Amino acid sequence: MSTAPFGRRQLTVTAVEQLGAYTVLRVADPEGPGGRSPDPGQFAMLAAVERWGGGDDERPFLPRAFSVARFTAGEAHYLIEDVGPGTKRLCELTPGDSLWALGPLGRGFESPTEGRRALLVGGGVGIAPLAILQDTLAGPAGDGGPPVTVLLGFRDSARAEGAALLSHARVATDDGSVGHHGLVTDLLALELDRDPHAVVYACGPAGMLEGVRALCERREVPAQLALEAGMACGFGACFGCVVPRRGGGYLRVCVDGPVIDAAELERVDEHAGGAGGTR
Amino acid sequence: MTVEFCGLELAHPIINGSGTFDAIAAARAFGSEQLREHFPFAAYVSKTITLEPRSGNPPPRLWEAPAGLINSIGLPNKGLDGYIAEDLPQLLELGVGRDVPLVTNVMGSSAEDIARLLQACDARPEIAAIELNVSCPNVETGLDIGADPSQLEDVVRAVRGSTGRPLIVKLTPNTADVAACAQAAQDGGADAVSLINTLRAGALAPRAGRVGGHAGPWLGGRTGGLSGPAIRNVALAQVAAVAARLSIPVIGMGGVQSATHARDLLEVGATLVAVGTESFRDPAVAANIARALR
Repeated sequence: MSTAPFGRRQLTVTAVEQLGAYTVLRVADPEGPGGRSPDPGQFAMLAAVERWGGGDDERPFLPRAFSVARFTAGEAHYLIEDVGPGTKRLCELTPGDSLWALGPLGRGFESPTEGRRALLVGGGVGIAPLAILQDTLAGPAGDGGPPVTVLLGFRDSARAEGAALLSHARVATDDGSVGHHGLVTDLLALELDRDPHAVVYACGPAGMLEGVRALCERREVPAQLALEAGMACGFGACFGCVVPRRGGGYLRVCVDGPVIDAAELERVDEHAGGAGGTR
Repeated sequence: MTVEFCGLELAHPIINGSGTFDAIAAARAFGSEQLREHFPFAAYVSKTITLEPRSGNPPPRLWEAPAGLINSIGLPNKGLDGYIAEDLPQLLELGVGRDVPLVTNVMGSSAEDIARLLQACDARPEIAAIELNVSCPNVETGLDIGADPSQLEDVVRAVRGSTGRPLIVKLTPNTADVAACAQAAQDGGADAVSLINTLRAGALAPRAGRVGGHAGPWLGGRTGGLSGPAIRNVALAQVAAVAARLSIPVIGMGGVQSATHARDLLEVGATLVAVGTESFRDPAVAANIARALR
């Protein structure tokens, strides 16, 4: 696991790209985790250095958690959708602006066991950690590693443009504007019919993750789910980001996850992480 | 700038507020070696420990407020036995309880429960001092133990003899007269007081997407505690009032984000200053503040 330098560090935005409804922030991070790439699935807590606060409701105040979407040549990429005062402010940043970052944090995805095909299933802005996972599984030359299938679901065509973040993705949209008209879990079911000897890596909204979890449980397919939760700190201090663990008690999404073995969860609850209070 | 506090010599006056830094989890996030090297606090205050294990409140547990945070965590902890058997050895590996003095925060709903917690802590050489969280309803009266001066004085007096270690009473701000409660803690035999704890606060679930109808409380625990810069000036006034009245040392906290804020609390009479919510935004902030105070 890549561990974070202790303390937030001030970084510089190097590029901002629009990917349909999403913004990709590229951030120079030479110190990173000792110059190494974060593990796929790890995240960082981000905040603008200037004007963090003073938006709707005099927010934001806390930094926001984002999966690392890609890490190349000392630059970390983050995929952001404007859904609240924190993400709104981050989407306003331009090259040269300063950003506070703490990370990489949390436990990422584990590599597939020998012979199992990796099935990457993403939804909405949750496709971010699957991009760096695809990069890593493909190997440094892009031609090694096990076979990978990528299935992505979006609400509409503007969001479906996000699929360009990954290679060879098959897309489903809620409104049928791009690809399969329906849920990404429909595509997943067909893939598992075709070849059940797979391991599923999923990240997306709670409803999608619950669909993936339930399907994989029925089919007895191992699944690793990257969860989202509103969190104040990202390193286990606040106990705010918990989700119920199968068999009782809670898991902290930040230090026990964000990637959690589906078998550890009874279900993925729409409300569990409580991101709504800290968007 | 070493500081003497209840017979302990601390490297500087900055510590953490209880429940705002989990050293064991931080060691997982940042690595033990790095955490030991950069440990930000002159003394480490544990999360609140209760006799029995608690899993905490159902989520959601957080709400971002204007310049602050409402939390409704519900004091999850492994219980006294779990803390002693599992946490103390892990803390010791990080130097906490040896190089960095360990303050254990405890809470009970009766004098008997509190006395048992204090006795158990007293038996552990790693524990340098005990902080008593009195923001807890008394099982008999239903009132927060710390909200009523006479009740608080009775409880502190009843448990005082259970430990020879420094006993810090963590006052609640959710009361009519904090200085009177502080005086009661001192009269009951406390060696120090700490304040302020979070201010009771609530938030309603966002109404977006709800047609009519009441949104209801957002937090799983229904209400929570407000912290962060939003409460800084409340803290300054309460710390000043308490420090002016007491002869025992005061630990001041509430919305501290910088050395300037820490100096303000020291100037109105605090001996130590605790950093809480700001550590969520930057785990190294307490070390930066301590450095700036030198």
